[in-house]
Amino acid sequence: MLLAVLCGFVAALFAPLGFRRFPLWAGRLAPLLPLGLFLFFLSHIGPVSRGEPVVVTTPWIPSLGIDFALYLDGLGMLFALLVTGIGFLIFLYTPAYLGGDRRQGTLFAWLFAFMAAMLGTTLAGNLITLFVFWELTGLCSYLLIGFDHEAENSRSAALQALLVTGGGGLALLAGFLLLGGVVGSMELPVLLASGDLVRNHPLYLPILLLLLGGAFTKSAQFPFHFWLPNAMAAPTPISAYLHSATMVKLGIYLLARFSPVLAGTELWLALVAGAGGLTMLLGGILAVLEHDLKRILAWSTVSALGILTLLFGIGTPAAITAAILLLLTHALYKSSLFLVAGALDHGAGSRDTRQLGGLAKQMPWLAAAAILAALAMAGLPPLFGFITKESIYAALLVSPWEPLLLTGLMLAANALMVTVAVITGLGPFLGKGAPSLAPPHPLPLTLWLAPLLPAGLGLLLGLIPGFVAPLLLDPAIAVVQAAPASIVLSLWHGINSELLLSVATLILGLLIVLSRRRLLTLLPASWQEGGFTQDGGYVLLLRALLRGARLQTIVVQNGRLRYYLMATIGVAMGSMGLTFMESGGLPGSLAWPSGYLHEWLAAGIIVAGALTVTVTDSRLGAVVALGTVGYGVSLVYILYGAPDLAMTQFCIETLAIVLFVLVLYRLPLFTLLSTPVVRLRDACMAAAIGGLMTLLMLYVLAQPLVPHVSDFFLANSQPLAHGRNVVNVILVDFRALDTLGEIVVLAVAALGVFGLMQSRRPDGEGK
Amino acid sequence: MSSIILSTTIRLLLPLLLLFSVFLLLRGHNEPGGGFVGGLVAAAAISLYALAEGVAAAHRILIVNPRQLIASGLLVALSSGVIPLMTGRPFQSGLWLPYSLPVLGHVGTPLLFDLGVYLLVAGMALLIVLSLMEEE
Repeated sequence: MLLAVLCGFVAALFAPLGFRRFPLWAGRLAPLLPLGLFLFFLSHIGPVSRGEPVVVTTPWIPSLGIDFALYLDGLGMLFALLVTGIGFLIFLYTPAYLGGDRRQGTLFAWLFAFMAAMLGTTLAGNLITLFVFWELTGLCSYLLIGFDHEAENSRSAALQALLVTGGGGLALLAGFLLLGGVVGSMELPVLLASGDLVRNHPLYLPILLLLLGGAFTKSAQFPFHFWLPNAMAAPTPISAYLHSATMVKLGIYLLARFSPVLAGTELWLALVAGAGGLTMLLGGILAVLEHDLKRILAWSTVSALGILTLLFGIGTPAAITAAILLLLTHALYKSSLFLVAGALDHGAGSRDTRQLGGLAKQMPWLAAAAILAALAMAGLPPLFGFITKESIYAALLVSPWEPLLLTGLMLAANALMVTVAVITGLGPFLGKGAPSLAPPHPLPLTLWLAPLLPAGLGLLLGLIPGFVAPLLLDPAIAVVQAAPASIVLSLWHGINSELLLSVATLILGLLIVLSRRRLLTLLPASWQEGGFTQDGGYVLLLRALLRGARLQTIVVQNGRLRYYLMATIGVAMGSMGLTFMESGGLPGSLAWPSGYLHEWLAAGIIVAGALTVTVTDSRLGAVVALGTVGYGVSLVYILYGAPDLAMTQFCIETLAIVLFVLVLYRLPLFTLLSTPVVRLRDACMAAAIGGLMTLLMLYVLAQPLVPHVSDFFLANSQPLAHGRNVVNVILVDFRALDTLGEIVVLAVAALGVFGLMQSRRPDGEGK
Repeated sequence: MSSIILSTTIRLLLPLLLLFSVFLLLRGHNEPGGGFVGGLVAAAAISLYALAEGVAAAHRILIVNPRQLIASGLLVALSSGVIPLMTGRPFQSGLWLPYSLPVLGHVGTPLLFDLGVYLLVAGMALLIVLSLMEEE
């Protein structure tokens, strides 16, 4: 199973090369991978449906106790089959849709990687694995939305999706860490069994909010719903795959997965059901106001995700059952409708519902797919969508919280769904098209087969619903409600309130269809063209962020060396001074140091040099005086028995003077630019840091010497490292890693200097 | 900056200084010295030569570019750490030849590391000094 999850990443590595060398065969072979994986997961359905999850654990980062764990249970199985099954259709469809685009290989590489990441997320057996794959799906989504990277709107849509879902991902990580801390384990089976512990823990509120942050951003719930329609900038198969059937369901997956741990509180009901209900209505209304096929479908996806969230928010067994049914139905009909939209765009050259029409004759199979999918969306018998809608109503009617209100809202949302189904599924094929539209060219086989398969499956499941329930749906429901489930599905329940509600939905939906044109003319003119984005808040926030960054850069990176130096010294002084205060200052009294005359002489040279630097008028004089300070320090090294240091210091001083002279040679003479106040400030700064360093030295010297480190070096230098020069042995052996780091810094600094010098040359040519 | 005294002296001093820098590098493990100071001495020697004879002449006797010195220094230092990895020991463990070589004495990966430091430091100092001198 490990291999099954990860093979997508391997395929992603080879896809670009494969598609460049053998575009035709690569396109034919690519769908075989998701198909094979689909069959592989199907082969595990026996034990999984009996409630025996398949668990695979491989050590990943043993030093941190993190395993790479996979956990295939009923819920994971449903998602794995959706991901690979829909993936097969998408992979089948994409080569014909792109029609030999040069970047097909790249697109497939990302698609393979995305599929693997999706499988990893939904089959993850612990929180860390789940999070890593979760972020990978977001990354793939970013790359795929921005596939047409030369278009500005693609790039900004991709960035928007990345920022929104990435921000949610950060919240999710924080939530996971809290959850793992509360439970004491990151493993999914342990977590699923500790629901009561988590719900009664004081950290329940932050955990819930953070996890919902992740789920709501990924699944485009209000107030994060705006990114999904903009993500339609991606090529249509991508929209069908990522942004309707699979990735946007990850938030729903998260709600379902953690229902046994987090659900069942008032807070959960209010937050999840509230956001879901609002999103459901908003998405439905906006969908009806749009004209572009893809945008209509996108908003209706937002609406369907809202329904799913609402149902998981209610969380009764009936609601969970309805949600799992809708999960399956929606994936089937929505991917089909998206693929139809892509085929229409490809064949008839338009996605505008006001232009398309009467195409049933020229594209009969595509029309069949679209109509089947539309009927499923509208919830008509004998399709699986009908059973789904009945069960949604059944769940809401017995909802423990405001059953009448919820049913009423759902009636409205479902009626809007009916309208969307008519506009997108029937509209393009019936009636008359705009005369401006060129006659469509015939479609390749895969372009109509790929949408027809899921639509047909929706019909098949509707006709024989009893077949899929115990194998696929019961295990998934059982996982979410943490109790065994056995549902009975049938098309005909007799005349009851659900059926009446279905009829009412249909009538209301058709009424909206008939009066839509007239209703649209009543709206303000700016609403007529559709294209609702709803991302005003996001745009404002992003703009404010960028402005803040610019302001901060102006303040912090002001380009004046003097201020940088002051900031560095100030921070160092502050932190050192604070530590110094904490430690209680200087202990005891200090004896006046006794010393030989030559030691005092060396000290005197240093002091005189330092004083000369500050008062001299000549640049060269200042350099020489600085050099004197350095030589004085080396003298001290020699006097106190550190010949290595002294030697190095001498060389450094010499080279530094040469460098200074080379630079200063080109500078104008000293001029007095600073005011006395500024000079006083600088003097205070210098005196403060100097004084503090002196105090620090005195303090360190007053501490008792901790001898064990140097003793170790002295004792082991010869036997372990074969060297008598302890300083050098420390540098190249005991602490060689430090030295390696330091020389890397040196190399980078040298290259930086070189780069600066080169940038000043007019020809820019180095030797 | 042409001075007959400087250019005569440097002709005598350059080989001596370079030899001295290698000497410092080799004795560093047992006596005061080491790759860092050796590299600095070598860089100082070449800088002195550049002051006397000009940058172009310095580049001529250097043969390789200072940037290549830096890169090869990093490579040598890193390889001294990687060699023990190949024998299954941790990164940068000291490995020593079991016998002493003439002139070089006891040889092991720490010496190789020091050689890397030597090359890198010399290259870095020269890169900065020579490119500043070229500006004139």
